[in-house]
Formats: sequence, C-alpha cells, structure tokens
Amino acid sequence: MAGILEFSPEDRDNAFITTCSTAPFTDGALAGTAVAVKDNISTAGIQTTCGSKILEGYVPPYDAYVVELLRQAGAAIVGKTNMDEFGMGTTTETSAFGPTKNPVDPERVPGGSSGGSAAAVAAGLVPMALGTDTGGSIRCPAAFCGIVGLKPTYGRVSRYGLIAYANSLEQIGPMARTVEDVSRLMSVIARYDPRDSTMLDRPYDHRPSADIKGLRIGIPEEYFGEGVDPRVGETVRDAIGALEGLGAETVPVSIPGMRHALAAYYVICTSEASSNLARFDGVRYGPAVDIRKSWHEAYQDLRQEMFGTEVRRRIMLGTFALSAGYAGRYYAKAQVARRNIREDFKRAFCDADVIAGPTMPTVAFRLGEKTDPLSMYLSDILTVPANLAGIPSISVPCGKVDGLPVGLQIMGRQFEDERVVDAAFAYEQEVRA
Amino acid sequence: MKTIVGLEIHVQLSTATKLFCGCSTDYRDDEPNTHCCPVCLGLPGALPRINRKAVDYGLKVAKALDMKVPEESEFARKNYFYPDLPKAYQITQYDKPLAVEGTVEIEDDEGHEKIVRITRVHLEEDPGRLVHVAGGSKYSLVDYNRSGIPLLEIVTEPDMRSPQEARRFLNKLRTILEYLGVFDGDREGGLRVDANISLEGSERVEVKNISSYKGVEKALTFEVTRQKNLLRRGQKVTRETRHFMEGRGITTSARSKEEEHDYRYFPEPDLRPLRVADRVAAIDLPELPVARKNRFMAQYGISLNHARTLTGDPKLADFYERVASVDPVLAATWVADTLLGELNYRDMNIAAVPAERIVELLALLKSKTITDTAGVQVLREMLDACAAGKPCEPPAVIVEREGLARATGDEFTQVVQKVVAANPQAVEDYRAGKKGALNFLVGQVMKETRGRADPRELGRIVSEYIDTGGV
Repeated sequence: MAGILEFSPEDRDNAFITTCSTAPFTDGALAGTAVAVKDNISTAGIQTTCGSKILEGYVPPYDAYVVELLRQAGAAIVGKTNMDEFGMGTTTETSAFGPTKNPVDPERVPGGSSGGSAAAVAAGLVPMALGTDTGGSIRCPAAFCGIVGLKPTYGRVSRYGLIAYANSLEQIGPMARTVEDVSRLMSVIARYDPRDSTMLDRPYDHRPSADIKGLRIGIPEEYFGEGVDPRVGETVRDAIGALEGLGAETVPVSIPGMRHALAAYYVICTSEASSNLARFDGVRYGPAVDIRKSWHEAYQDLRQEMFGTEVRRRIMLGTFALSAGYAGRYYAKAQVARRNIREDFKRAFCDADVIAGPTMPTVAFRLGEKTDPLSMYLSDILTVPANLAGIPSISVPCGKVDGLPVGLQIMGRQFEDERVVDAAFAYEQEVRA
Repeated sequence: MKTIVGLEIHVQLSTATKLFCGCSTDYRDDEPNTHCCPVCLGLPGALPRINRKAVDYGLKVAKALDMKVPEESEFARKNYFYPDLPKAYQITQYDKPLAVEGTVEIEDDEGHEKIVRITRVHLEEDPGRLVHVAGGSKYSLVDYNRSGIPLLEIVTEPDMRSPQEARRFLNKLRTILEYLGVFDGDREGGLRVDANISLEGSERVEVKNISSYKGVEKALTFEVTRQKNLLRRGQKVTRETRHFMEGRGITTSARSKEEEHDYRYFPEPDLRPLRVADRVAAIDLPELPVARKNRFMAQYGISLNHARTLTGDPKLADFYERVASVDPVLAATWVADTLLGELNYRDMNIAAVPAERIVELLALLKSKTITDTAGVQVLREMLDACAAGKPCEPPAVIVEREGLARATGDEFTQVVQKVVAANPQAVEDYRAGKKGALNFLVGQVMKETRGRADPRELGRIVSEYIDTGGV
C-alpha cells in the first residue's frame, strides 16, 4: 500500500520548522503513518536546521540511518520539528524559528529540546515523532506535554546522521501518545548500524507486556529531595503505588553521585559541543563570509551573528573547559564524576530492576519564565543521570498538578529498554482501565 | 657546536580506502572532490568508522621498529580552524598513541652504526588541500580528495647530529616502510616531514611541512648556517616555527612560540578505544632490510656494499633474487653497479626490466660468450627498447645482429699489426718500460674491434706480439 500522504496541519503551537505537504510512503510496519522528525536528524532533500540560523537552507544530501529505517518501514516523513538551537535548552525557546507552545496550555513551554516533536504529538498533528535526548530532551517535553518518550540505552540506536551536540551522551528516541506506539517506533529505529562505532548489535524486537509481578522498583531519595515540587513528588509516589498494586515491590536506593551530576553533565556536553559546532564557520554552512576580512575574523563575526546566545554561551564554556591548564580541573574531573554515577547506578541495579522517580522537578514553566540560565540548567537534574550512565529511561504521563501533566520516569539497566517499556506499559494500562 | 635534529614524519599509508570512510585513496589524476562522502567532507551528522587495515599497517610499523604497544589506544580530537579542515578538528591520537619507544639503526657521518630512538607512532587523518588559483582570484578552492587519507605520524627523539644523518634516517625509514608494504614511495606528497633543529645550548626551531628527502637535508643545512650566523653575530636563536620554501632552499618565520595554538585535545567520543596489544601479536612481519642484507651476504657471498645497495629497495632486492641463480656474485655486480647506473641515467624503474633477459645476459657473460664491454652495450640496447615501450629482444639476438660475440686472439692479428705499425712511438715507450703505452695500444685495438675482446686478453696478445718481434 504505497502512496502519498497529504499533510497540511494547523500548526498553532509552532511545532514544525518544515512541513512536507506531500509525504510519500511505502509498504511496511508503519505504512502510511505520519512521523515527525526532530530537526537535528538529517533528512535527504528536506532542510535540516537544528533550530539554528546558521543551518537555515541546509539540505542534507543523505538520510540519517533512523530516517532510512523509517522510510523502509513505510512511514511518511511529514516534517521537521522545532527544537532548542542545536538541542541547547529545556524549553524550545532558544530556537531561531521562535518558541513552540505547549498544546496543553499555550502560555507554557512544551519543554525541550525536542519540544516541537512533543507538541506535534500532543496536539494530535502526528501519532509519533522522533526526538533526541542529550540530557533529558525527549523525556522533559514528553513530561511537560503529557505524552510518552523513551531515551534508549546509549548505543542502541544509530546516531549516523544525527547532527551532534554531545556525542557521548545523546540518543535518538521515540515519542508518542502511548507506550505501545513508542515501542513500535523503537522496533523500527533500533537496528544495528556499523557506521556508528559506539553501537552494539542489540536490536529491539519487543511487544510490551503489562505483567510486572515481582519487579523490584528502586526509589532514589535524591529524586524526591530539595528542588522537587512536593506535589510533583506526591503524584509520582502515587503512580509508583499503582505499580505496587500490580505486584511490583519498592526498595530504597541511592545515587550519591547525583550531587555532581549537573556539573559533570554541563562540562561534558559543552566541551563536546564546542568541538562539534566549530565546523559551522560560514565556509560551507550559513551565508558566505565576508571575504574582505581575514578568514579567522570572518569566522568569528559570522558565528557571533548566526548563533544564539545560549549556543554561544555553551561553546565558550566548553572551549574554556578544554583549554590547556583547565582541562584537568574541568573536563577530566567531569569524567570522574561520570564514572561515579555509572558505578552508583550499577550498585543500585543490584537491588532494583528499574529505578523510578519524577521526570522533571516541576510542571511546565511559563513561556519566558526561565531567564536565568542556571535555574534552567537546574531543572535537568533528574534527567541527566541517565545520559551520564548511558541507561534507558522512559517518561510516561502519571497525572496532573495545577492542570499540567506530570511525568513518571523509569530507568533501567543498560540494554534493558524492554523492561522500562513494560513497566511504563503496565502503569499506562492500569490507569487507562 | 653540536647540531641536534629530531623529526616528525607523516606517512600516507597505502590502504585502498580512507581512514574513517570507504572512499578510495587513489585519487591521482582525478578531478577535485570526486573521492568524497559525508564522512570525509565532515557533513553534519556523519560518523567516522575506523579502517582496520590502517590500524594493522600502523601496528606493523610499530612491530618493525621494535616498539611498545599498549593494551589500549585511543583517538582524540585536535581542534583548530582552517579552511581545509572540514570538521574544524582533526581526528588524531594524543595521549594514547598506537605505540611508543622504538629504534631505527642508521650510519652516522663516520660510517659507524648508530641508533635513532623513535618516541611514538600514531594514526591521524589528512586534511583536505587548499588550491590557490593563479591570477589573483579572490577565492581559494578546497579539494577534499585528500581529506581522510590515513597518515601515520612517526616522531623521533632528537638523536640526529647533522642534516646528512637526518637524510640517511629518512632513507632507512622509507626502506622499512616499503618492505612492510604500507607505503607507496612513488606517490607525490606521500611523506611529509616537520624537522626540529637546534644548536647545542640554543633554542629549538621547527621547520614545517617539508615534502621531499632532499628538502629535509637542504632545509636543515640552511638552518644550521642561519642559526650559526645569528650566534656568531651575538644574536639569539628564537624559538619559532618556520616554513621551508622548497624552490628557494630557504626557511622563513611562520609564527613564534607565543602564538602557538591550544588544540584542546579530548578523546574522540565517536570512536571506541582500540584493543591493540592482541592485534600486534598476530602480525607477521616480512624479512626486513637488515635481515635481508645479512642473508644476502651469507647466502650469495656478495660484498657488504652490494648487499646494502641491493636491499635498499625491496623491489631491487626481489629483482636481484630472481637473477642471482646464474652466478650470485656476477649478478650482484651487474645489478648493483651497472644496471642501477643505467636505470638512473634513464630515470627508469626496476619494475620495467624483464628479469629473464638479465638472466640470459648474465649467462652470456658467465660463459664468456661476450665481454663486459659488449655486455654493457647489449644491456643499453635492451633498456632503450624497454624505455621506448618496444619489445625487449633476447641478448643473444642482439649479440648476433651486432656481431658482438667475443673474438679469439687470432681474429685480431691483423688489427694488432695495423695498430702497432701505426704507433711506433708507443711501441718505443712500451719497450722502454712505460706501462701506459701498452694500455694505449690495447685501447686502440678495442676501438677498432668494438669491444669484442677482453682487454686483459688483448693486453697479453699485444705484448706477446711486440715481445716476439712481430715488428
């Protein structure tokens, strides 16, 4: 049943940067399904901007591997979704193409950086979308918009074609309204790709099961402590209670390394970003540089003009963290902190099969509310540990506070994406029933 | 004043594909930007994938230089902006190179054997190439065909004591690389050198990007003179990077120490560390130059000089082994002295010479069917034919056609008579005991007979003729 899907949505929330009015599709598991793709994933023939002016008009000559897989599975790629510039943000407000609004409450941010994908799904424009998660960029907008989002185990989905922000942390992952759809999309994209050397050959072929009898759920105290809105904490505890009602048991665990998680995360991601984004210099991307200037001056001026404030801030932070004389104090120390967190999780997963807590410490912010970058960084505290440890983590809607969605986050051991999907599925089936 | 030289050599490895993608490395004579893909163009989202062959080539070199190979080796990013560097970083190796601490044996300026220590070898990708269009264009062009070609960087300790030693080291290294089959010496720009040079007690100067062996010696010689002159005038040598202008044979200041880059190295997150210790153990090395030289002397009974010359190029050594059967010592003389000289004169490669013809030629010489002089003449005819792309006739055919077969003494009686009669003064001198006079007479006979006789035999005939009163 190959064909062409016509797509002309009323995009009230500015979820898309680019839409394809006619999207061809072929036969396959997702035949004819409209799928939105975050705009940092390369799509042959479709502009891919990363939400940045510097890539406006850039049309990749090749498909990311996940896009190739989507096409093979028959999906119709209907557009590219809005995002924080190069993924750098928690609200989708740093996009050069304007902020995306939260379909649940247009006064609120959808979360970020995959805010466009989350909003497109939540607004019903598409049934499923691809996001990317470097420090929570799938789970945060999923939680804020009341949908489901999975950050897969690092190395389970090919990054080939994903325009890098922080290579050692990020993964492409599925977003949808139901756990079942998230799982379906995951089955399509989690296929081994030898071009991504950080992958392992562990394809995902799973149908979610709601049977979680005997599942040991670890409850880390750090996920319910300072900075977490007590009402959000309570909503999540209720959700965990529902899982206990299904036969799961809870055990207290601890991730003491969490106190350095944010610092380590921001040093690592900005360091990698400072290197990844250096190629956007006006020679091949962005408007041509002024050739009357010396070339390094021309690069500098163009980058100053074309990158947004947050991107420039992170490039400078990362450049500093890697500089001679400082790399030992910052980059090297961040790697130690990262190892500690990984060890913490390994230890916790001896006592628990999955670990649960809130996805975000609060509900969605108001548009323009987070003016201070540090307070925005702080809101990533519950999502970055999974990226530092490379473990799978899912966010599933678990109720509302002040009429705004709250996400239950479930993390699992490396390559046990199936288990976190099952736990989320069990919860979803229970509350839906 | 002692001269202290250390080298950093960048060798293009002769793998079929690039270091991090499947693009072909053989872009000679091809249009710019035709051997490119998202990876070597540094397109957003493309990821590097290590070429295992390049790793094995690097480890082969490490093993041949007797180096220590760690358990794990790792790639790193070297960050800097340059228009020929498509990612604005080069994937190279920093604190975890492929191998460390090796040695190369060379001859010092007195002909004694000495050791040059190798600090490290590591893999990295070649950047693209800037093309500056002649005629004052506002633009420079970039050709990415070279982008991603695997380079092996070989760093030495400052163990060389003269520009000549540096050149000998490079020749030796090149021979080893060719023996290992990891390097194509005929390829233009296949080997580039950065040379560090200082006079004892003075600051060090780095001369960057010298692209020929001769260039290294020239640049270093220029630097020794320049630095000595500075010191003689009471000035100081400043620590700096200099460029070598090949055409003019001089170096010019590029940047001082203060302007050095901070490359902000960090481990390449897109590649996993390489487990190299196990792989190096599995590598079988071919026979290397020193071993082959020793074997040649023992097996063929040839001189050290011949053995050294013949093993200096693996293709030449292979050739020698193909023709040695007739008479190894005779073959060594003919290949190492005569043939090599004739090839150089014609700027020909040994690969163009049919070994079986040389075997036939050596057989004619061995059986004394022709003289050495006639042999050279036959060889020249054969090489000229090869160089012109014509079929190479068997030496016997050339001998027959040109009437070059060795003649016996009797055949020359008339010529000898004629020469002796025409040169009474020389005969007089000979009788007076002047040795040179006999050589002159023999030379005259040789000329008349076009080298078909052995000069020693002719000497005997001429002297007998005069002594027995043939006059």
